[in-house]
Amino acid sequence: MTDQSVAAVSLTGVDKTFDAGRAGAVTALSGIDLAVAPGEFVSLIGPSGCGKSTLMRLVADLERPSAGTISVFGKSAHQARLDQDYGIAFQAAGLLPWRSVRANVELPLQVHGMGRAGRAARADELLELVGLAEFAGHRPDQLSGGMQQRVAIARALAERPRLLLMDEPFGALDEMTRERMQGELVRLSTQTGCAVIFVTHSIPEAVYLSDRVVVMSPRPGRISAVVPIELSDRNEDTREEPGFFAAVTAVREALRARASVELS
Amino acid sequence: MTIVLATRRILTPVLAGVLLLVFWQLVVDLRDIPGYLLPSPEAIGTQVRQNFSDILTASRASGTNALVGLLAGIALAVAAAVVAVWVPPVERLLTPLASAVSAMPIVALAPVLSIMFSATSDLPRRIVVAIVAFFPVFVTTVRGLTRIEQVHAELMRSYAVGGWTLTRLVRLPGAVPYLFTGIRVAASLAVISAVVAEYFGGLQNGLGSRITSAAANTAYARAWAYVVAAIGLGLVFYLAALAAERLASRGRVPIS
Ligand SMILES: Nc1ncnc2c1ncn2[C@@H]1O[C@H](COP(=O)(O)OP(=O)(O)O)[C@@H](O)[C@H]1O
Ligand SMILES: [Mg+2]
Repeated sequence: MTDQSVAAVSLTGVDKTFDAGRAGAVTALSGIDLAVAPGEFVSLIGPSGCGKSTLMRLVADLERPSAGTISVFGKSAHQARLDQDYGIAFQAAGLLPWRSVRANVELPLQVHGMGRAGRAARADELLELVGLAEFAGHRPDQLSGGMQQRVAIARALAERPRLLLMDEPFGALDEMTRERMQGELVRLSTQTGCAVIFVTHSIPEAVYLSDRVVVMSPRPGRISAVVPIELSDRNEDTREEPGFFAAVTAVREALRARASVELS
Repeated sequence: MTIVLATRRILTPVLAGVLLLVFWQLVVDLRDIPGYLLPSPEAIGTQVRQNFSDILTASRASGTNALVGLLAGIALAVAAAVVAVWVPPVERLLTPLASAVSAMPIVALAPVLSIMFSATSDLPRRIVVAIVAFFPVFVTTVRGLTRIEQVHAELMRSYAVGGWTLTRLVRLPGAVPYLFTGIRVAASLAVISAVVAEYFGGLQNGLGSRITSAAANTAYARAWAYVVAAIGLGLVFYLAALAAERLASRGRVPIS
């Protein structure tokens, strides 16, 4: 249905400078060129402060670039936001604590005027998808951190976006939950066919999830390497495959190469 | 565990109160303190029993004034807070004014208002209560409405909605616990100002007018009986507001 020749996301020569008051200006991103194909899963990895969140927020039109162009499905990032072309999940689940789990998932549908019955049906479907159907009537504070994050992901998927933006959504989870969530996310993204930009600190996580891993370096934030991941299929055994280790090593070396350049 | 804590929290003040009453009674009895200086709890208790039905009537009159004024003050404060947050100049004007006015003895307006309305009207007292209740509710509600979590703000921005949708779906529900904190403060003030406003004349139907008239007739124990009723009324308002606040902030991070 979608035009495969139009990139889901395309950044060309993007700079972002923050005015940091008396401290002067902070160059968060410099000379970013990146294209994400429809249905592609791309992770952004790099040390803290290298501009991963900023890059994602630029795509989401929560920040404006200082230079360069950003297009989302061939439109400006601003138009894409107005058209609701992406779903977003932040590091904090950010559920509204006074709403039930179901009402939280319904939020984007509600603000965009979908009827009550349609909303409820879609929310039930999404909660089924993230395995929380029986918690629909609970309040967010009755759920564990991992469950809250799954609600946030269901909410991000509510309007069937062709693009999913996720900023360290599993950052606060324990390792076990984290791996299970990664499995679910891979399943969701293949099932829905949406493109994903996924920010993470974790090398194995980036490798497990992605078609390509974008390695970033700080001061100023740049893309230092792009590592394509060629794993046929993700399942429980993927993390023990030689190909997985090879990819993890490749990403680690790309990260370290930058670090040693910095030291020298 | 929680039951133990709850009983301790209730039992301790009750026990302290009983001890205080016993001590008070003993002091009055043993030192032979004259009734016009300090009537004994026993004398006050007798007065409460003898005037019980009138105490109820007077409590109802003062309580109605406090409640009507409180509700009107809350409604006005919430409306003003929504406008203030929406129109920043209004907020810049009202918030300092609210702090200034809350430092003023607003009950002092009672005689002035009594002149403006007929002497048989409860309205001046209710207006005083509404004004007194307005400010704490306004201040806390503005605080609640402006304190929006960044992640919620950005989420709504990503949905490309703002204005009234943001206010209705995020700001107002988020401000509810703050509102109830304001109401808890306002509820106690409402009873105090409803009773004190009666000291300045006007209709002779509430606890305040009973206290002044009993005192004027040197019936000190009876005056104290109505004071006890006023304390009880204040406690009822406070506890109701406290319960409402607890209910409203279920599942939220407590407000410090
Ligand atoms: N709103 C802002 N104002 C000023 N500086 C900012 C702002 N947002 C991010 N920065 C700076 O930009 C740089 C990149 O930040 P960020 O994108 O959050 O990094 P990351 O997500 O990779 O940890 C950091 O130096 C950060 O301090
Ligand atoms: Mg970040």
